Amino acid sequence: MFARLLYESFRRQKRRKLLAGIAITLGVAIATAMIAVATDIGDKINRELRSYGANLLVSPQEDTLDVEIGGVNLKPPSDGNFLNEADLPKIKGTFWRNNILGFSPMLPVNVSLGSSGQQTTLVGTYFAKKLNFGKDQFTTGVRNTHPWWRIQGSWPADDSEDVLLGEHLARKLNEQAGDTVEIAGQAHHVAGVLSTGGAEDEQVVAPLHVAQQILGKPDAVRRVYVSALTKPEDALARRDPKSMSGEVWDRWYCSPYAQSIAYQLQEAIPHSHAEQIRQVAQNEGTVLSRIQGLMLLITLAALFASALAVSAAMATAIFERRREVGLMKALGAGNVAVAALFFAESTLLALLGGLVGFFAGSWLAHRIGRSIFDSQITIQPVLFPVIMAIAVIVTFAGSAAAIRRAVQFDPVFALRGDA
Amino acid sequence: MSTVPRTPQSVAERRAAAPHASMFLRMLLRAAVVRRGRAASALLAMVVAAAVATAMMNLYVDVQAKLRKEFRSYGANVVVVGKDGAFLPPDAISKVESVLGGRGMAVPFAYVVARTPAGQSVVVAGTDFERVQRLDRWWSVSAWPSATGEALVGMRALPVVSPERKPFDLSFQGHTVHLTPTGTLQTGAAEDSRVYLPMSDFAAWTGVQPSTIEVAANGSSEELNAVVNRLAQTFPNADVRPVRQIVEGEARVLGKTRATLYAAATLIILTAALCVLATLTGWVFDRRRDFAIMKALGASERLISGFFAAEAAALGAVGALLGFVIGIGIAAWIGRVNFNAVVVPRLSVLPIVLAGSIAVALLSAIVPMSLLRRVQPAIILKGE
Repeated sequence: MFARLLYESFRRQKRRKLLAGIAITLGVAIATAMIAVATDIGDKINRELRSYGANLLVSPQEDTLDVEIGGVNLKPPSDGNFLNEADLPKIKGTFWRNNILGFSPMLPVNVSLGSSGQQTTLVGTYFAKKLNFGKDQFTTGVRNTHPWWRIQGSWPADDSEDVLLGEHLARKLNEQAGDTVEIAGQAHHVAGVLSTGGAEDEQVVAPLHVAQQILGKPDAVRRVYVSALTKPEDALARRDPKSMSGEVWDRWYCSPYAQSIAYQLQEAIPHSHAEQIRQVAQNEGTVLSRIQGLMLLITLAALFASALAVSAAMATAIFERRREVGLMKALGAGNVAVAALFFAESTLLALLGGLVGFFAGSWLAHRIGRSIFDSQITIQPVLFPVIMAIAVIVTFAGSAAAIRRAVQFDPVFALRGDA
Repeated sequence: MSTVPRTPQSVAERRAAAPHASMFLRMLLRAAVVRRGRAASALLAMVVAAAVATAMMNLYVDVQAKLRKEFRSYGANVVVVGKDGAFLPPDAISKVESVLGGRGMAVPFAYVVARTPAGQSVVVAGTDFERVQRLDRWWSVSAWPSATGEALVGMRALPVVSPERKPFDLSFQGHTVHLTPTGTLQTGAAEDSRVYLPMSDFAAWTGVQPSTIEVAANGSSEELNAVVNRLAQTFPNADVRPVRQIVEGEARVLGKTRATLYAAATLIILTAALCVLATLTGWVFDRRRDFAIMKALGASERLISGFFAAEAAALGAVGALLGFVIGIGIAAWIGRVNFNAVVVPRLSVLPIVLAGSIAVALLSAIVPMSLLRRVQPAIILKGE
């Protein structure tokens, strides 16, 4: 009998059920999409923040002092220590290798240009170099660690002798992409003109082996810029690792703090010193937490609003059925039986609406991820039971007050139609 | 009113003489008062939707300004450098500040290469510590120098100039200066290899004037371009360039955040509007008996349509106003919790919310009305 009542109620009142169902579906869809976006936005924005460039710098341990003003090196070029280029792929062998999005070695050397003998700095680096570590193959270089570098012309190949001329330097020399320039007595093809808004605008940028050749030190690298996804600094991150006990140290080592990744880089590359670039690393945390907090609060507001909307829809749906309640009670149904029927209907609606809403919401989140971040927004499977539970609870809570009023209503008045 | 005795006749006379509008208003008011349960639930849906819409629009406008402020902690986004290392004019910093007009800050830097008594070269910079503290907040400094003769020494320069943190000498073009290493500086970048002095000490020792001014200008990319152009006009002998690393990173992150916020706002507002539509349609449809009785009593279609439309519009307006107030509250709460700053209530949002609410309410009255119009009043009154 109960099942029949339930079935007939859905069969006969399609319009009302549809309206309530739509409200629940929409509410659940918006909740799912917002929760999915809010939980994933940290990772997405963290990746976007990498467009600020490298956040870690690896330099030789026993380094001599840089004498550099405005990007111009005033030190004899062969001075100081170097890292070994052959050690660089080991960066991809560290514990947090998947968080390391790219690295670029730099080797600045002083050169004279053309017949005029003008002195400038030539920086050797990777543009998009293919490297192997074990079985892994990966591509790294300034094209992913320095995304603000713009060129007119084309990027030189890493194994070529082609160079990039800084914007200001090119204007001074009256050179363009495609021209040839004489650097340190050798003619080089100018692949493109580089604009960075920084010191490189006055310099020549070339594949690493060109700089090594000029310096006469094959395999030498002055410093390495590493771009890594990091976790915002907290109290643990700021502690001195030397003062930590075993368990705390493990936790520190296995968290992707800028400090612990720097420590692991130092372990991977012999005789190196790695440090966070504070301008980039320190500010990431603030910006990230602000955006995450904002999305979290908006999600809360959205959840609250959809809960209220679902409640209002349920209240309306039940309020419309006073006469039915009157009839049932006149036929001898107890309050419990009537309430049970309504709650069963609500639950059924919540489950149906929740199911459809969850998938609609996942699709929405997916679309948002695609169109804004060009990447997937992962929907945690654990979200499904959570969302379904929320849908049932909210629908229940929204119906409760209306059901109570409907049940307490005098059947005589209800049947007479005096609402 | 009290002077006339309340006989049925006098009441009828008074009512007949009263303007037609009063009946209309009475019906509107009575409908709201008598069936307040139903009206309240419709109003609640309206208020929630308007509140959410207000909060989202307010945040969308205000959050960008708030986030821009957070991004300024990345430091300078414009650099003014004297061409070929030339000094900037002595009043350069005040000129820059007048261009900024209080919307940003500027820090002067002057550089020389000095020698330690052991003959090592080291870069010494003169700057304004008070300004640097505000601009470059990521500088990790153990203690800021305050008196003359005190210096801030970079972590990597420290072993060279003063391994035991004792006072040290530096010489530049034959002039020697005696300095106390008050604090150490760590940034992970070029600053670590330098020694920083207060500008007055630096100028007295070397006679060198600032050649670089780092500027952090607030505002959108258009405002930033305007600042760059005005600075370039002010300093014809200097290179003025935006720091692309900072400017583009900011534009990228801000753009993505704005797009996410926009998507969220659109979704939420759309859902709220649809829910209101569903609730209100049910509400109007539920009153088909009122509709039938009015029609049976001889009310014209236009009057009935006008009545339901006016009712819906009134509901929309009241809901929008209440929702606006609550929505401003939500936006302010989010602003305080997340940004520790006030989100300014934007009155420009009010007309949009008001118009949107009334439009949705009217729409949800028109749909069931057009359905009901085709039905005979008798069928509705019979209870089918």
